[in-house]
Amino acid sequence: MIRSIARIFFAEWRKLRRPTLLIGTLGAVAFFSVLVSSLLFLMIDSPNGNGDRGIRITREMLSLPSGATQAFSSIGNLLGIIALCVFAAQTAQEYSLGTLRNLLVRQPGRIRLLVGKLASMKVFAVIMTLVSAVISIGVSYALAGGKDVNTTLWFNSDGRLEIAKTLLNVFISILGFGIIGMVLGILLRSPISSISLGVLWLLIVENIVGAVKSSTLQWLPGNQLGTIAVGGTESVSYTHALSLSGLYVGIALVIATVLFTRRDVAN
Amino acid sequence: MSNLAISVTDLSKKYGAALAVSHTNFQVPLGTICGFVGPNGAGKTTTIRMLLGLITPTGGTGQILGEPITSPENYLPQVGAMIEGPAFYPALSGAENLRVLATLGGFPQERVDQLLKQVGLAERGNSKYKTYSLGMKQRLGIAAALLPNPKILILDEPTNGLDPEGIQEIRQLLRSLADKGTTVFVSSHLLSELEIISEYIVMLRKGEVVFAGPIQELFDQQQPYMIVKTENIGDLEKIMAIAQSAGHHAHIRDGAAHIEGPAEWAGTLNKLAFEVGILLTQLSPQLPNLEETFFEMTGEQK
Repeated sequence: MIRSIARIFFAEWRKLRRPTLLIGTLGAVAFFSVLVSSLLFLMIDSPNGNGDRGIRITREMLSLPSGATQAFSSIGNLLGIIALCVFAAQTAQEYSLGTLRNLLVRQPGRIRLLVGKLASMKVFAVIMTLVSAVISIGVSYALAGGKDVNTTLWFNSDGRLEIAKTLLNVFISILGFGIIGMVLGILLRSPISSISLGVLWLLIVENIVGAVKSSTLQWLPGNQLGTIAVGGTESVSYTHALSLSGLYVGIALVIATVLFTRRDVAN
Repeated sequence: MSNLAISVTDLSKKYGAALAVSHTNFQVPLGTICGFVGPNGAGKTTTIRMLLGLITPTGGTGQILGEPITSPENYLPQVGAMIEGPAFYPALSGAENLRVLATLGGFPQERVDQLLKQVGLAERGNSKYKTYSLGMKQRLGIAAALLPNPKILILDEPTNGLDPEGIQEIRQLLRSLADKGTTVFVSSHLLSELEIISEYIVMLRKGEVVFAGPIQELFDQQQPYMIVKTENIGDLEKIMAIAQSAGHHAHIRDGAAHIEGPAEWAGTLNKLAFEVGILLTQLSPQLPNLEETFFEMTGEQK
């Protein structure tokens, strides 16, 4: 059982490590990490704010032990959308290319196949998280001196704990987005449809609904996952976001697993 | 263990109200090449998919290597398959595509280079799959099917897109695999090719088996005939009359009389024609071939 899951993991990894996908994805991760981290420090004195939706993040806030990861945690949503696209494409392409039948002939255990693929994509998400963290913290550290932000607390024991917590939170958030992408891929069986629907919902529908009726932010799945990345917000607590996201992802996984294991592979 | 590679009983598949495969029964002995023929939409690919555990039958049972098709994990490690043409990742090379499947199935990676060589793709193995011609894609599909060194090889239209040389190579490859004991279950529209290599035939029409058994048995059920041409084309009617008076069905087509009857009757016909002063310029006894038999049994238009 474990041996066959390991084989599925490494087979999937051969696809994930291809240069166009790996370098392309990490390039996008690096771009957003540099962009968000730079804007946070370069616009520190801007009256329009330097954080998400015009929020002002002051020198004092950035000098706290959590200062090193302030930018990194706010990239969580963007990283999540990248993960959603990768997970959705990797899953849906098996249907659209017809390669799923090859995989199932070589590995008829469908739940095992799903678990192995997910495990491989999890590692991809870990790499995305680590690359983003290193770049974001690096850029923040490089810019902090020039903007009179004190970094002495960033790497003491409290700072290191903050870094570890944020890494875990961002990873959970990315994984949640990724699993939603995977589920969409299984449901829709088309990379374009699953990515379009996922991105449309997260970037447009949730923003409009949240802006019109702010109380819905307590329940919208994308907002819960984004909240996990930043460790909780004033309007949504971390525990609420984590438990609700777990419920959403769990239900989605059950539906996807039932569909994946029961549905005929007929094209 | 039984000596059957494949055995299906009353196997059926329904999509809504439409019956794609209806109460199919056939058996394929181990170590044979079995041709699987039928018009488009006859249910060949649906049957193959059921054999490979990709779709669930709505009725009936099946066994591969003695294992029920409801437990594909018990027999698929010994089965190689290419269904409905090759399907691979376009951005990966041919070799990398095979390595994905070799890793998944737990087969040695050295097999990849051996198989690329065997199917004539050694020089293009590192090119991306999306740059391959249809024939090259087909060869890669066959290489993928051979990865497990299979006891049963199930191929759906393996010669699609291949040039005559490629078709001959595949024919030789299948023959050599069968000689080594591999059972080959192959569907193809190239009936003349199947006739050359197959020992068994399963023929489907509208989801139902119209024949399943040794190919010779199929031909034995068919009426041999002879093609007759006369020096004077007007004499063909007289030849037909002679044949019909002797109890043989006959008709004129393409400037020749086609008369059903065994080859031994050709001498008698020649003598009867000579007696009424008709000179025959051609008298060829013919055995039915798979293509003609197929059209006759499936009711397809030639």
